[in-house]
Amino acid sequence: MEIQELKNISTQVRRDIIRMVSAVKSGHPGGSLGCADFFTTLYFDTMDNNPNNFSIGGVNEDIFFLSNGHISPVFYSVLARKGYFDVSELASFRIIGSRLQGHPSVDKGLPGIRIASGSLGQGLSVAIGAALTKKLNKDNKLVYVLTGDGELNEGQIWEAAMYAAGNKVDNIIVTVDYNHKQIDGDIDNVLPLGDLKTKWQAFGWEVLEMDGHDFISIKKTFAKAKSLTGNGKPIVIIMTTVMGKGVDFMEGTHKWHGSPPSDEQEQQALSQLQETLGDY
Amino acid sequence: MKHIKIQNEKDTRSGFGAGLAELGRKNPNVVALCADLTGSLKMNEFKDENPHRFFQVGIAEANMIGLAAGLTIGGKIPFTGTFAVFSTGRVYDQIRQSVAYSNKNVKICASHAGLTLGEDGATHQILEDIGMMKMLPNMTVICPCDYNQTKAATIAIAEHQGPVYLRFGRPKVPNFTDENQKFVIGKADLINEGKDVTIIATGHLVWKAIEAGRILLEKGINPEIINIHTIKPLDKKAVLDSVRKTKCVVTAEEHMMNGGLGDSIAQLLGAEMPTPIEMVAVNDKFGQSGKGEDLLTKYNINTPDIVKAVEKVIARK
Repeated sequence: MEIQELKNISTQVRRDIIRMVSAVKSGHPGGSLGCADFFTTLYFDTMDNNPNNFSIGGVNEDIFFLSNGHISPVFYSVLARKGYFDVSELASFRIIGSRLQGHPSVDKGLPGIRIASGSLGQGLSVAIGAALTKKLNKDNKLVYVLTGDGELNEGQIWEAAMYAAGNKVDNIIVTVDYNHKQIDGDIDNVLPLGDLKTKWQAFGWEVLEMDGHDFISIKKTFAKAKSLTGNGKPIVIIMTTVMGKGVDFMEGTHKWHGSPPSDEQEQQALSQLQETLGDY
Repeated sequence: MKHIKIQNEKDTRSGFGAGLAELGRKNPNVVALCADLTGSLKMNEFKDENPHRFFQVGIAEANMIGLAAGLTIGGKIPFTGTFAVFSTGRVYDQIRQSVAYSNKNVKICASHAGLTLGEDGATHQILEDIGMMKMLPNMTVICPCDYNQTKAATIAIAEHQGPVYLRFGRPKVPNFTDENQKFVIGKADLINEGKDVTIIATGHLVWKAIEAGRILLEKGINPEIINIHTIKPLDKKAVLDSVRKTKCVVTAEEHMMNGGLGDSIAQLLGAEMPTPIEMVAVNDKFGQSGKGEDLLTKYNINTPDIVKAVEKVIARK
């Protein structure tokens, strides 16, 4: 897809995010905004997926897992914009009875979701399991997963990292949202991750890096990652992003991790994001 | 109760191993995962016959549960194997979110449950696992009583769509149920028809209930004995039909009183048919090292304790 088209979608997705969390005064805008460009490229350019005929099994299509489930607004918006469900349903985010739970769930049958996430650290294991099933089924499509950087504090991530490399699970592409922020502040002040690239390499992974707000970089890195699959090593992309990207007063601070804007702040944010595809 | 005969003494975990091996031969979608306890869980036969469907995950139980949840996506039926203590408490949150809430078709197979694990002591003797698992929506909880039943249960749960917790143990115990039994999830087994008291037991304590029953018969008490191998969903009808007749109940299990089988029975009776009940279960204590039989006695959940509980509950009628 052309860069300008991706930009248009991504801008609308950011509007959706702001409107969703503002409507219920609840949710996680910061990380969602930071991952809008990633999600847009993944769903509209990179993955071979099937929005019209969703099945949890996802046989013979690329599948994606969101491990850091709290950035559900960006996930829901991209799924809706891609056609998994009607965009009007975004208005039900976090409302009682909604399929758009605060954190993604499968029990209400929302197309596009294959596992619940929210309690951190679990999605990588799940994605590796799904990748193993693809291998057993001789299904050559790929498994993608996104984790947060703060999420890497969880031990299960490293259990999974050890497993995937040790067992040559080479049909999986992990992306780490490296925005350097977690709830209590800068990751270096909460629990330093050290040299993240070297850590993954030491665990036996192929490591790529990209700028999560440069569509050319994202497209190129995904293409490179795909070309590296099937070579006996799992692949991780360390993606540098800015939390809150696209709304000036939300950028680069952990303050908007789990806080919605006020009505006035919502208007201020929306004035910075052009309505490119029509609001839901 | 003369009709109940011991065929041999075998460990229930070997029943799991035999059932899993049989599944491996007949169901190509069954896969198995183990966290560095393949020998203890008796999973070697499956592993040797189906190396590409066996996943050794190392001592990383959280990852094992996540992998299992993921393996269901695309149609596999994963059986995870480790000790009960590591199958539940250690990975409760992983089971809660990735398996139970996500309603994934994972079979959590847990050996060395309870005190009869023996000498390894309280760190390994989990007595809370049934409680933890039965609290989870979507979860089926099964605790078979002997080798034959564990084998049959293992085979049966592959046909059930949804998460299952299958609990079994370490020691060799009397193997007395039918080798060719059809295991029906949620259906209680009536072991002995009686009239004076209903003894409801699960797992290793079913045999103890039979031993207690023989002693009671000599004392002129005729007990009805029910094996509840499926703790959730509970066979309410079987329990209520029996209690309607006997008017008092003793429950017996190798588990903590809080959260166990007795707790489920008391909840049912409290709502439907208030009845005197005595629970033979571990009463709010951790275990310790020792021989399994000695520990059952020490923690008051052996045969004589069931007899005493019956006498006590009959007096309360």
